[in-house]
Amino acid sequence: MKSFKGNTLSWELVDGAVELALHRQPNNEIGSATLEELERFVEALQAAEGQAHAVILHSTLKSGFCAGADLRELYRRMQELPQAERMAGLRDFLQRIHTVMNALDASPLTTIAAVHGVTFGGGFELALACDLIIADKMARFCFPELRLGLIPAFGGIPRLKRDLGNALVRDLLLTGRSINATRAHAVGLVSQVTAEGQALKVARATAAQIKKFDRQTSAAAKKFIKPIPYEELKQEIEIFCDLFTRPAVEAGLRKFVESTDAMPYLP
Amino acid sequence: MRTTEQTLEEVLKLAATHFKVAREQLTPGDDFFQKLGIDSMQALELLTRLENHFGIELPDYEMQGVSDFRTLAERIQSRL
Repeated sequence: MKSFKGNTLSWELVDGAVELALHRQPNNEIGSATLEELERFVEALQAAEGQAHAVILHSTLKSGFCAGADLRELYRRMQELPQAERMAGLRDFLQRIHTVMNALDASPLTTIAAVHGVTFGGGFELALACDLIIADKMARFCFPELRLGLIPAFGGIPRLKRDLGNALVRDLLLTGRSINATRAHAVGLVSQVTAEGQALKVARATAAQIKKFDRQTSAAAKKFIKPIPYEELKQEIEIFCDLFTRPAVEAGLRKFVESTDAMPYLP
Repeated sequence: MRTTEQTLEEVLKLAATHFKVAREQLTPGDDFFQKLGIDSMQALELLTRLENHFGIELPDYEMQGVSDFRTLAERIQSRL
């Protein structure tokens, strides 16, 4: 697998593990540039499946793993497009990001999200597409979308429900609160909690363990135990698009865009 | 069981260490956003550090409107 260094992310094959590093300032927000490079990544990953055992996703930014969708770009694009074309543009973006998330979710390789700091919204959803989450003890997880009058739309609700059940989804979704790595570990969301700055190191050690197993057996085990909730994922897009048309959402996004705070929808 | 004053002192020490300022520069009534020059993301970092230190969960919505160390310590105390 050839290494790649993009504007928002990079990847390389290291000791049988594909390492995907997110590095888009300020907080790895996922907009069109990140989406395009993620699409390139899943394409390259599918072509290189025979060369690796595991995939590690991590961030090189101090602020954290990923703060979610690039809401500033979303707002700007929605303002630029004529009303009649807005929904088509939004739907296209969501379907593309779902294709990426589904490909990652279904990869025959064992996927590990090594997270620290802010792991919010779309960033949380990206981690949820992985098989294992290894979290630095300063990591925080949150679905803040309801604060903006929306729901998560990168597949987070069906995946969290698949992995942990409905009660935790309701807790995080309906309160919009964030939880720390210790709590996330206690409920089974996080497989290992590490010291500060050690998540990637622990993820590499985990990938080395995974490498000991037969690749086909690991892939078969994953396929058996990790069904992808395709129907619910489609419904999620529909609900998001329905909610998005309301004036309150536009007002919430405008307030967000005009704020100078790093995380204007918090607390 | 810690007293609120003990909790407050630990909060001040942790904030000073995390944001690399001298403990003596911080007082219980300080607005920590202004005094430390932090934004909401950095406030979340402080929240995580406090949760880890005290072994509690403090939902971030309970922090809404809290900007001084004494009130923050009182919120923590109610969870100990």
